[in-house]
Amino acid sequence: MRENLEPLASDGDGFVLDPQDRRAIEQERRHYEQPQAACIEALKIVQRRHGWVPDGAIVAIAETLGIGPASVEGVATFYSLIFRQPVGRHVILICDSSVCFLTGFEPLHAALAGQLGIDFGQTTDDGRFTLLPACCLGACDGAPALMIDDDTYATVAAEDLATLLEAYP
Amino acid sequence: MATIQVDGRRYAVDDRDNLLQACLTLGFDLPYFCWHPAMGSVGACRQCAVKQYRDADDTQGALVMACMTPAADGTRISIADDQAREFRANVIEWLMVHHPHDCPVCEEGGHCHLQDMTVMTGHHRRRYRFRKRTHRNQYLGPFIAHEMNRCITCYRCVRFYRDYAGGTDLGAFGAGDNIYFGRHREGVLENAFAGNLTEVCPTGVFTDRPHSERYARKWDLQFAPSVCHQCAVGCNTSPGERYGEIRRIENRYHGEVNRFFLCDRGRFGHGYVNRDDRPRRPEWHAAAGETRVLDVDEALERGGEALRRARRVIGIGSPRASLESNHQLCELVGQDNFSTGIAEREQVCLARMRRLNLDAGLPTPTLREVEAHDAVLVLGEDLIASAARLGLAVRQAVLGRREVLAEARDIPAWNAEAVMTLAQDARHPLFIAYPTTTELDAIAERCLHLAPDDIARLGFAVAHAIDATAPAVGGLDERTRATAERIAEALRSARRPLVIAGGSLESPAILEAAGNVARALATRERRGGLTLVRREANSTGVELLDGRPLEWALDALGQGDADAVVVLENDLHRRLPGERVDRALAAAETVIALDHQRTATWERAHLGLPAASFAEADGTLVSLEGRAQRFYPVYEPRYHRPESRIHPGWRWLLALHAGLQRRTLPDVAFDDLTRDCARRHPVLAGIVAAAPGADERVCGLKLARQPHRYSGRTAMRADLDVSEPSPPRDPDTPFTFSMEGYAGFDRPRREVPFAWAPGWNSPQAWNKFTDEVGGHLRGGDPGARLLEPAAGVAGHVDAIPPPFEAGVGEWRVVVLPRLFGGEETSSRAAPIMARAPAPTLRLAPADARRLAAEAGDTLVIETSLVHLTLPLLVDAALPSGLVGIPAGLAAALSSGAPARLSVVPGDGEAQP
Repeated sequence: MRENLEPLASDGDGFVLDPQDRRAIEQERRHYEQPQAACIEALKIVQRRHGWVPDGAIVAIAETLGIGPASVEGVATFYSLIFRQPVGRHVILICDSSVCFLTGFEPLHAALAGQLGIDFGQTTDDGRFTLLPACCLGACDGAPALMIDDDTYATVAAEDLATLLEAYP
Repeated sequence: MATIQVDGRRYAVDDRDNLLQACLTLGFDLPYFCWHPAMGSVGACRQCAVKQYRDADDTQGALVMACMTPAADGTRISIADDQAREFRANVIEWLMVHHPHDCPVCEEGGHCHLQDMTVMTGHHRRRYRFRKRTHRNQYLGPFIAHEMNRCITCYRCVRFYRDYAGGTDLGAFGAGDNIYFGRHREGVLENAFAGNLTEVCPTGVFTDRPHSERYARKWDLQFAPSVCHQCAVGCNTSPGERYGEIRRIENRYHGEVNRFFLCDRGRFGHGYVNRDDRPRRPEWHAAAGETRVLDVDEALERGGEALRRARRVIGIGSPRASLESNHQLCELVGQDNFSTGIAEREQVCLARMRRLNLDAGLPTPTLREVEAHDAVLVLGEDLIASAARLGLAVRQAVLGRREVLAEARDIPAWNAEAVMTLAQDARHPLFIAYPTTTELDAIAERCLHLAPDDIARLGFAVAHAIDATAPAVGGLDERTRATAERIAEALRSARRPLVIAGGSLESPAILEAAGNVARALATRERRGGLTLVRREANSTGVELLDGRPLEWALDALGQGDADAVVVLENDLHRRLPGERVDRALAAAETVIALDHQRTATWERAHLGLPAASFAEADGTLVSLEGRAQRFYPVYEPRYHRPESRIHPGWRWLLALHAGLQRRTLPDVAFDDLTRDCARRHPVLAGIVAAAPGADERVCGLKLARQPHRYSGRTAMRADLDVSEPSPPRDPDTPFTFSMEGYAGFDRPRREVPFAWAPGWNSPQAWNKFTDEVGGHLRGGDPGARLLEPAAGVAGHVDAIPPPFEAGVGEWRVVVLPRLFGGEETSSRAAPIMARAPAPTLRLAPADARRLAAEAGDTLVIETSLVHLTLPLLVDAALPSGLVGIPAGLAAALSSGAPARLSVVPGDGEAQP
């Protein structure tokens, strides 16, 4: 017997929207005139918990916001930092925009790819790191720059990498 | 007005337009993709670049996007400038980078806007030698095929689907070089106007799926101007035929009715014309159930003899047959023996609608005019189900608030993104009162889910709130009264209020209520409109023939007052309980049925005469706007099926009439029949002017039904006969069954079989036929309006029904129209049936609980006439005491009938 339970949002592939996340999304929804406007925040809320945004989350967010899943998917697929595929425990973003490109993006990328044994869009076999390009990290004064999870690192040299990565088990 | 200079010459243009609109209206061939006359500009594709100069001294100039630049007075531009030309060629080249080289196997080929623009810019050599990005396609339902690799990312599809038509299940996904247009998950596109994607998409991403089954290029199709027969709106269509089959239906531009868009029932509901089981030769049904196929002479002989023998012949007409056919039937049997073939409960509503059109003081707006109204009240209609294209126009009316806001800030109406960003959710007020949810609820200010009598009471209350001389409604609860006040206020303060009601719920009270609201508005000031929705293609017209209701005809037969009956293109079993129809038909000595479908009535006829459908006949229909419009035969059925003996209903009836009087069949021209019909019925006087006569010529030529590139004519009949016959003659229309004849765009003409202009093969060619882009056909929009309101405003009606009260153990039936599966002929088309949802029985949650039934349980609905089992759909919106049944299921179930319900035992979960 199931009684007095909040309806569970699931589209059959097993995803269940955490009740806390649902409340957080509903809270975000109240900040805007249009439900669509809360889409990005809702996706970030889900991604914070799961590391990425599973298919089922798109439908669950759409239901919570009262808009079509196509609108949510449109936003989710537009932003490169909303991950629609599983990523590793840590996401490394290397900036490949013009300033970083001029100041050493290429050797940095080669070193990183070599050490991790993966290229852009790939995840290490142990599920520890995912490597992605970023078009700008806003750190042009410290180019070449990269970012691991929420931490930005400026003027990174290839030989610093091993130490850097160690901090992310 | 403004004067602009294009390549050194001065032109007068409309300063509210942008330069692209202005240039196209002037007749220049300026390529474009993302702009659409109905959807404005977003400047996404960069294809319409022109060079703009500051003044006469500016020789350098700067490239601007024509679609994003106002046609301001004094603007100087060059289309022919070398840089602008090169830029446009480059843009096409970029757009084509990922486009496959699949034109020969692409179904868009031959009417592809991308092909046209590519040729226009002169980009004819591919330089991109690398990997193309590819996509996986989706199943989008029975109507639309999907081929994403062809996409050039113009965003027109989502702009139409979401912004214009209100769909939510088509999206744009991804970013940059990797953009995908489709559904979030593979599945049926839900919107009722999805079919327009086939014309809105400039290339072959969305194509007509049923057409794909039996494909022919546009240039190989034979077209005629036609009028959609699938509801009463009267959208203009161009059906295309090959090998004696209708292969597809395209939108035919009409500046006041459908303009660029059709609904999916109209576009995909034509398959009944091609059915193999269609009657194609006269049939004699002997008593023992055996069928004999007759030749025409024998059929007419037997028919004539039976009619001569009869004491009294009843004629049963049809709201899905033309005025001319109905009129010929009336001539055959005499006015006193003529029935409209419409059940009384519907005919009462139709008569009331006619009266309201004449005496309620407000005119019926055209669909284009509907879009210019700024407050709408809908009483008792689910417009997307009962008159879909009208519903789409109401949506534009409600969204029209955007343009008002934009104008106040000097933003031109064509600047679509700016207008949308500014307006956000601002809408003109729309109020809907209907027993359950409707698709337009999403954009309505208030939706009231009420029983039919309560809808009428709300309407009467609104009328009273606008005009105190209208009768007041007693015993109204506070909430309804406040809602009525709000609606009245919105209608009063609108520049152009619109009242919409109709016959869907078969409630005369709702119509009278709508009439009072219209009168109340008209008494204050004669502005605004009143639109009354009829059900079938010619419901409005046939009602004007003053025939008697179908029940009268059946009674006359059943009681022996008449012993013969001629049924014209009408399945009586869909209108009244089958037993009652069968009893009446069994009592008749002679039953003659004319039809293009093998209906239950056809099966019971002694003599069946194969009538032409809309695709093989000419005729006049009157739409719910009161617009008489002519449709023309698309092809001659005997050309590809020599054994076929299909003739228009009116021709069979003329022949029967001659047989009855032992005359030889006179040589009557179709135009004479129309004139005769107009003479006999003064209200129809306008139908003669509704279409050009058979003697109309352009440049001394008849008008061609086939594009000049039509191929294979000498070979396509070779399986029957190696020598090619001459094309069928067509003395009744100004058209030829041939590519020989006028097919151009430069001479104004009203009836255009297909749109084509040099360099413009796609539906965008319509811009060459209009006085300005999105305007009116240069030769005048087809048709003639018949029902204009009289000078005065009639007094209010005081027939307010008591409030609806749920019965105990008894429910009131409401028959709910549905777009797919709810209409007779389109329900015989395979794609429509594939799209139609499974029928369900709707009950309010409280009522379902009372029956201890859950969603999906099988319920039995019983009235005095019918016993039907249906799965239950628990409908949270439906008022308690009503039971909702989808239209087209059982003729014996009519709105307002009392019904008992029970759950089929053993159907629920197994008991432990």
